[in-house]
Amino acid sequence: MGGYILKRLISAVPVLFGITIIVFLIMSLIPGDPATAILGSYATPENVEKLNRELGLDKPMVQRYFIWLGNMLTGDFGRSFSLNRPVIDEVLERFNATMILSGTSFLLCSILGILAGVISAARQYGFADKAITFVVLIGISVPSFFLGMMMILLFAVHLRWLPVSGMYAIYGGGDISDLIRHLIMPALALAAVATGVVARLSRSAMLEVLRQDFVRTARANGVPERRVIMGHALRVAMVSILPVLGIQAGFVLSGAVYIEIVFQWPGVGRMLVDAILARDLLVVQGGVVFVAACYVLFNIAVDVAQSLLDPRIKT
Amino acid sequence: MSAFLTLLFRNRLAALGAVVIAAILILVLNIPLLPLHDPDVTATADRFMRPFAEGHLLGTDHLGRDLLSRLLHGTRLSLAVGIAAALIAAAIGSAIGIFAGYFGGRTDNIVMRGVDMLMAFPYILLALAIVAALGPGLMNALIAVAAVNVPFFARNIRGITVGLAGREFVDAARLAGMGHIRIVLTELLPNVLPVIVIAMSTTVGWMILETAGLSFLGLGSQPPQADLGSMLGEARSAMISHPHTSIVPGLMIFLIVMSINLLGDGVRDALDPRLRSGALSRPRATTLVKRHGDVPPATDELLAIQDLHTEFHVGKRNLRAVDGVSLAVRPGECLGVIGESGSGKSVTALSVMGLVASPPGVITGGAARFQGEDLIGAPYESLRQKRGNRVAYIFQDPLSTLHPLYRVGQQLAEAIRSHNNLSNTEARVRAIQLLNDVRIPNAKSRVDDYPHEMSGGMRQRVGIAMALANEPDVIIADEPTTALDVTVQAQILSLLDDLRRERGLAIIFITHDFGVVAQLCDRVAVMYAGQIVEEGPTQAVLDAPAHPYTKRLIACVPELGGGRRELAAIPGLPPVLDDLPPGCAFAPRCSKAAKRCRQGEIPLHGPAFHAVRCLFPERAL
Repeated sequence: MGGYILKRLISAVPVLFGITIIVFLIMSLIPGDPATAILGSYATPENVEKLNRELGLDKPMVQRYFIWLGNMLTGDFGRSFSLNRPVIDEVLERFNATMILSGTSFLLCSILGILAGVISAARQYGFADKAITFVVLIGISVPSFFLGMMMILLFAVHLRWLPVSGMYAIYGGGDISDLIRHLIMPALALAAVATGVVARLSRSAMLEVLRQDFVRTARANGVPERRVIMGHALRVAMVSILPVLGIQAGFVLSGAVYIEIVFQWPGVGRMLVDAILARDLLVVQGGVVFVAACYVLFNIAVDVAQSLLDPRIKT
Repeated sequence: MSAFLTLLFRNRLAALGAVVIAAILILVLNIPLLPLHDPDVTATADRFMRPFAEGHLLGTDHLGRDLLSRLLHGTRLSLAVGIAAALIAAAIGSAIGIFAGYFGGRTDNIVMRGVDMLMAFPYILLALAIVAALGPGLMNALIAVAAVNVPFFARNIRGITVGLAGREFVDAARLAGMGHIRIVLTELLPNVLPVIVIAMSTTVGWMILETAGLSFLGLGSQPPQADLGSMLGEARSAMISHPHTSIVPGLMIFLIVMSINLLGDGVRDALDPRLRSGALSRPRATTLVKRHGDVPPATDELLAIQDLHTEFHVGKRNLRAVDGVSLAVRPGECLGVIGESGSGKSVTALSVMGLVASPPGVITGGAARFQGEDLIGAPYESLRQKRGNRVAYIFQDPLSTLHPLYRVGQQLAEAIRSHNNLSNTEARVRAIQLLNDVRIPNAKSRVDDYPHEMSGGMRQRVGIAMALANEPDVIIADEPTTALDVTVQAQILSLLDDLRRERGLAIIFITHDFGVVAQLCDRVAVMYAGQIVEEGPTQAVLDAPAHPYTKRLIACVPELGGGRRELAAIPGLPPVLDDLPPGCAFAPRCSKAAKRCRQGEIPLHGPAFHAVRCLFPERAL
């Protein structure tokens, strides 16, 4: 197992390089002179030249890439001019908040989605199946940012059950229960679409599996139906559900951008949008590379989990 | 095509989606004809008018602009941008996919590596990076959304192209001296186009949503121009005081995306043949029972199948798989049930414990009695307690009938613990013992094997061990040796025979091989088209078969060292079970068939121990 993990980690190295190259190439799409783009059209020529030197923009592209890469490998993602602090500090702080939000959402969408899919399949064409299918259809069609806004209207403004936005109460907050109260709505809004997708897929994976011969064998052995479904069938269905969970993690991470804006959540997504509007490109660059790299590592974890789940995979 | 449309519209939800999206399209395409306010004219005096206000059907926004007009203009813009992004992504992605798939080899490798790298990003990060570089704006948002979706098309289309590029017609075109570009355009593209269209229809809703999302973040359309996303984004600051300005554009995005999703699902389902045949239904825990007529009275046999009728209801067709079968076994007896595939022998066996897949299976009549108690229609729990415990099954292909992800020991232990209150360790000891009983060498270590780590013969022994786990009274073996080679088959048969003699098991042995019947069974029942056509002691039936079908079936068995007798295949095919002719089902394939054979039902007749369903038996009984 250790060898397999190592092998997967090594195979991720070229992907990580690829990510940095892609981000670097996209950033070099900036029309005109980047220093002017950053400083605005009123910048003095001296300032533009100074920034160009600082950013190393007077050097050829390939050389610039390796300088940038080398700096990143030593933890230097540059300095944000709009926040006036090292990019990496800002990214790490924001990433923490994003992980709390999207991690919770990911757990929610996995558990609720699989559960809904299993119930739906086990009661195919029954009332529960129709009800779940209907809710799922709405869930995957509603834009998460609109859903978030409607949740605020209902649960925060009208019913006053939950705080409107933010991660902690401004006065007297800061403990875990305060965090949970602030987390409920954004986590649910963010999980909605992914839950729908996971539920749909789990349903069809379960239907596929329930028709297979080993399910009949389990029934012929007198294994109770609950165990046939939640044990035998779900175990095999998980083999096709798990990779989709990996993909959905990417969607949850992406959707977090909207949810962080709607709920004023101090995460990476909001940082990126603010940085784009402020033309603080180093923050965008650093944030994108960092989150993408984490996502690559997460997918390796999914692969490893898959190999634990299915002994037929050669490790 | 019209069949496809009928299917599509029979799906009421898909039809609903089509109607909604069509209505929206008609509305936005006719904007110049509608009596609308100018969407950009502000009137600060009329700010935040509620819906149904005079002159403003949906009210006004924070600058007093007419919401209905802005909504329709915004919808038009959102649809146009989303569709444009889909077209661009499809065109570029497909071009890359065809290029990589057609040239293959190294080109393919390098291109697809690049595509994989792009897919390693959570998609929005890539879109944000592109917008960051190009600057906010609707055109740049469009480019970003299109670019993010290129890898999806590239990968899908490449897969299809690789399959096509190796086909004869491409080779033929190449030999005919056609250039690469012409081959791609005239030979490949027409074949790939339907896939591109389907991929587009499944992603266009999503791209509309994504561009709206970027606008919502303020990175897409810039004021005063507004798509649905930026309308929602602008309304957000007044959401609490004037929710209608948020709800109007939000609901519109929801409607568009949902109707496209519904339509897309409908298209996919209509194109999927498995859904039409109902093959995607999950079998229930027990077979559906809808008995007509009287239930036959109890007998004192160990297991008795009485006048059993099992049908498959597929669409409007009723296939009568089992049509009035009666069988019985005593303790220690082995009964063979023999017939071609489709004769109903497996369905008969599975009906006993309610294991016929349902849907489509329905038991429509008769009884299956274990020690006098009727199992057909018995409550689930009472049936479950007998399954594997009193009546156990051995199935044909142990690779698919054993659970692929559980160790064989776990599976055995579970079979035991479903009926006995044993601890895990006790069950494991018993599992090892069972593996020993079925003569698996080195049982102590094999107990931790997964099924895929065993040979076919070993797996079948595990299947037998599983059937023996709870020391049942009856074992129903459904072609347990068909998937095995001859030497292993002989070992398994002698194992079953030993177990029967040692434990007084009753065995119902289902097979299509008279050689196997001769080796193992005391009595044999021959099935054809869901009915028993002959039943009697094995030796008597083998020596002098009475039914012409039995005779032909026996003639199919090659004789070792004989060589003189010709192997006779039976001409014709078994009949279709929902359209059986009156009279004898075998008549169309029988050389002795007369007019009388095709009229009315022919009863099973003869002395109690040897009966035949034939008007002109091969010998008098």
